[in-house]
Amino acid sequence: MASQPAKTGSGSAAPIPKAPPKKIRGVFWNDPQVRGIFYQILAVGLIAAAVWWLASNTIANLNSRNIATGFHFLSREAGFEIGENLVEYSPADTYFKALLVGVLNTLRIAVIGIILATIIGTIVGICRLSKNWLVAKLASIYVEVVRNIPLLLQLFFWYSMITEFLPGPRDALKPLPGFFLSNRGLKFPLPAQEFAYDLAMVLFAVGLIAAVAVSRWAKKRQNATGQPFPTLWASIGLILGLPIAGWLIGGAPLTFNAPVLQGFNFVGGATLTPEFTALLLGLVIYTACFIAEIVRSGIQAVGKGQTEASMSLGLSKGQTLRLIIMPQALRVIVPPMTSQYLNITKNSSLAVAIGYPDIVSVANTTLNQTGQAIEGVAIIMAVFLTISLSIAAFMGWYNKHIALVER
Amino acid sequence: MADAAPQADTAPMIILDKVNKWYGDFHVLTDINLNVARGERIVICGPSGSGKSTMIRCINRLEEHQAGRIVVDGVELTNDVRQVEAVRRKVGMVFQHFNLFPHLTILENLTLAPIWVRKTPKAEAEATAMKYLERVRIPEQANKYPGQLSGGQQQRVAIARALCVNPSIMLFDEPTSALDPEMVAEVLDVMIKLADESNVTMLCVTHEMGFARSVADRVIFMDRGQIVEQNTPDEFFNHPQNERTKLFLSQILDH
Amino acid sequence: MTDATMTAAPLKPATGPIQWLRDNLFASPFHALVTVLIAWFLFMSLPGLLDWLLFDAVFHANNVRECRAAGSGACWAFIGEKHRLILFGLYPYDEQWRPMLVVLLLLAMVGVSCMRRFWTKWLAPMWAATLVLVGILMWGGVLGLTYVENAKWGGLPLTMILAFVAIAVAMPLGVLLALGRRSDLPAIRAICTIYIELVRGVPAVSLLFMASVMLPLLLPEGMSIDKLLRAQIALIVYASAYLAEVVRGGLQSLSKGQYEAADALGLSYWQKQRLVILPQALRITIPPLVNTIITVFKDTSLVVIIGLYDLMNAAKASIVDPAWRGSSIEAYAFVSVIYFAFCYFMSKYSQGIERRLAKAQQR
Repeated sequence: MASQPAKTGSGSAAPIPKAPPKKIRGVFWNDPQVRGIFYQILAVGLIAAAVWWLASNTIANLNSRNIATGFHFLSREAGFEIGENLVEYSPADTYFKALLVGVLNTLRIAVIGIILATIIGTIVGICRLSKNWLVAKLASIYVEVVRNIPLLLQLFFWYSMITEFLPGPRDALKPLPGFFLSNRGLKFPLPAQEFAYDLAMVLFAVGLIAAVAVSRWAKKRQNATGQPFPTLWASIGLILGLPIAGWLIGGAPLTFNAPVLQGFNFVGGATLTPEFTALLLGLVIYTACFIAEIVRSGIQAVGKGQTEASMSLGLSKGQTLRLIIMPQALRVIVPPMTSQYLNITKNSSLAVAIGYPDIVSVANTTLNQTGQAIEGVAIIMAVFLTISLSIAAFMGWYNKHIALVER
Repeated sequence: MADAAPQADTAPMIILDKVNKWYGDFHVLTDINLNVARGERIVICGPSGSGKSTMIRCINRLEEHQAGRIVVDGVELTNDVRQVEAVRRKVGMVFQHFNLFPHLTILENLTLAPIWVRKTPKAEAEATAMKYLERVRIPEQANKYPGQLSGGQQQRVAIARALCVNPSIMLFDEPTSALDPEMVAEVLDVMIKLADESNVTMLCVTHEMGFARSVADRVIFMDRGQIVEQNTPDEFFNHPQNERTKLFLSQILDH
Repeated sequence: MTDATMTAAPLKPATGPIQWLRDNLFASPFHALVTVLIAWFLFMSLPGLLDWLLFDAVFHANNVRECRAAGSGACWAFIGEKHRLILFGLYPYDEQWRPMLVVLLLLAMVGVSCMRRFWTKWLAPMWAATLVLVGILMWGGVLGLTYVENAKWGGLPLTMILAFVAIAVAMPLGVLLALGRRSDLPAIRAICTIYIELVRGVPAVSLLFMASVMLPLLLPEGMSIDKLLRAQIALIVYASAYLAEVVRGGLQSLSKGQYEAADALGLSYWQKQRLVILPQALRITIPPLVNTIITVFKDTSLVVIIGLYDLMNAAKASIVDPAWRGSSIEAYAFVSVIYFAFCYFMSKYSQGIERRLAKAQQR
């Protein structure tokens, strides 16, 4: 990957005047502009030559090893099992379908991981600033320990904790009725298909929309009359209350599709596999400690004067936090937070080490079966670049949206 | 809960009674006794580290005093949050470094407290804010952000922001010392106008002796956490009694 | 101090342990409740943890069954039995003093590099010499040392070699990339930007895969490179992109005046960078550079995925032995301590530098 930044010129690196009436030219090879162009052509030429050389080697190698090229294999039958899938999948499906399952698995772990790591990281970050010595100390020990041990090691640790030290399905732990914790993962009951549950789900969505409507109405009313409205509590009430009401209207059924031990394993219910659980635990615990540091420094970056000014205007502690500190802290927090979200997504590729079928793991199987290494690696890279660039673009837009106006 | 029983006009607006404060082992305020009458204008001066800022910051409890009593307009400052909030609603404060909220426009800076603390309708709060912006002579900046204004303009906005909650006491903590020299006058003008046109009680920590002469009813000199001398501006500047006062005055007036 | 300040100190608030407890643990009813809850939690969990770590742990046993019979705690006898395998991998047993020496040598160089008075132009050549010496010690074949092929390298020295070689090669590469990304020449800028963003956009794992499966295809027939070198190349590519971004941050924080002053003195591009810009930019970036070094050190553990026996994988290999099955937590705890010790020291060091830089900036 040679990339030699070129000389702009020796002894005369002065800026080139924009449009002088008559340019006095020296010997042309001393002109910084000419030199610049020369070096750029040189760099591009070298890289083109290297690429050509590598490409011709590759073609020769592929020919001599009888490896096919192109993406035709995508429509062939994959023939391998995938342990977890969000969409229907069987070994008779195509490689394309298999890779899609992998991408969905990656997105699943990334999205859940980002949400949990953000929540835990924010709490820990605030704890590190606590006036309570014990709370602050514990939070800082957590951060120091977790961030100084490789993520992969932590993943192996959690995976062996689950698979080696939890009992088998026959003597599974029962932390809650209907929940079974064993070396096959966590089994938990799902509400059975009933009208009441459907109604609750619909009302949950209605509650979300109603909460938005209420907060708009509250804002309008405050603007008009000056009376504030407890928007937060009202929203929580709507989002939680409506589904519960729907469930009660539906007759408050308590039927669950609970897991039952049959032979050596469970049937029914839903499962968190050991692989998924270990990966999620590892990613969340590891990333949360970096997020904690970001949140802490974001809050600390808002000067003491801001709090003092807000207090002296008579705003309460809660109002100061909500109206003054948080909006400013967010600006400091967003850019590094973006890179942590990208890190979670990229680090989810460590799944391959403990056998969770994410995109890297599926693509790896694919390239081993088909021998088409270049295509396999290209697919992995394309998937991650797409995710990375979309997160980066979204966060860039958001950051611009909230950036401070300076002169 | 808001306002304590209305006080007779003769009762002092602010009472500091044997107030003491320590930072660790450092004794910042030693036995401060001070009564401020309603509508009185006081200028506080003294060398840096003498406790002047700490004293006025105790009056709206940005700093907690550890011994003695502070009573503001009949409300004593204690650990009770509601008493503290009641006092802060009567006291406006202007800071050395302006402390405007950089994420809010000038207008939003001014309407924040009226809307959230006084529960004023937005339109009304904005009208009041514009009135004060006109009084500090920068209504045209209303929709800009603090980062787009000069230091002098920012400090004038900060004064307007403090006035928007209609305080009966204004505290100024070295309002001109972070400004470039050419901007000091515009801020002092606004403060003098405020003193002339309203009957708000003012406590101002400053070294602007011209301002002290023209506005103050009383000048207080503090050193090492104590009130060393207090007098009318005339007496204070022309016949200082204490040696430390004389030394201080010679240092700041001799150039 | 004169009389006035010192005389009256009548009601100075209490200090001492009781006041400390009140301020820091029981400041309000809420804090008191939290403190009590945490104390209760610690009281419930710490004794069990200590029992497992020390009091019920077994330090001498011949296999895992004896271990579990002797006590309910950790089986540290496993570490006693396997520590050579974990630390040095499959390196010939009798020659393991050589990798040991390599570890000490590299640690000494890290120590030297952390000290300000060694920040001279000799530091880079010293590192180069050290790496050569490390090569001689590990491979042997000269000076009467028996030859050890690098497929047998493993454990801590392998981890350290992978990390330090990656950083040593990636550092100059990163500086060039950072300069290139800020160059006035559009083609150079584009090449460097694409390289940096491509590498940073994909997981390190995929770079390792790429190196292990694609490199053999990219090279002409007959020319092959071994697994260690492939992993090393991947790590260099990976580290250089991240280091480049850190250096670029430092370059950006320099004021335009520095560039103009250098131009005004008539320095050439390379003179300007070498004498004026880089010394300042690199100094500012020491803390984030050290953090990147820590990241690279931790990420060397990813070579497990392509089957190199670094510290991480050696630990995994050690628990395969049927006589010791089920000792994985002990093995992971042991290597965790090694990783932690190194990373913790480096991060404390970087925080120290950061504080000093902040202080220097205030003045």
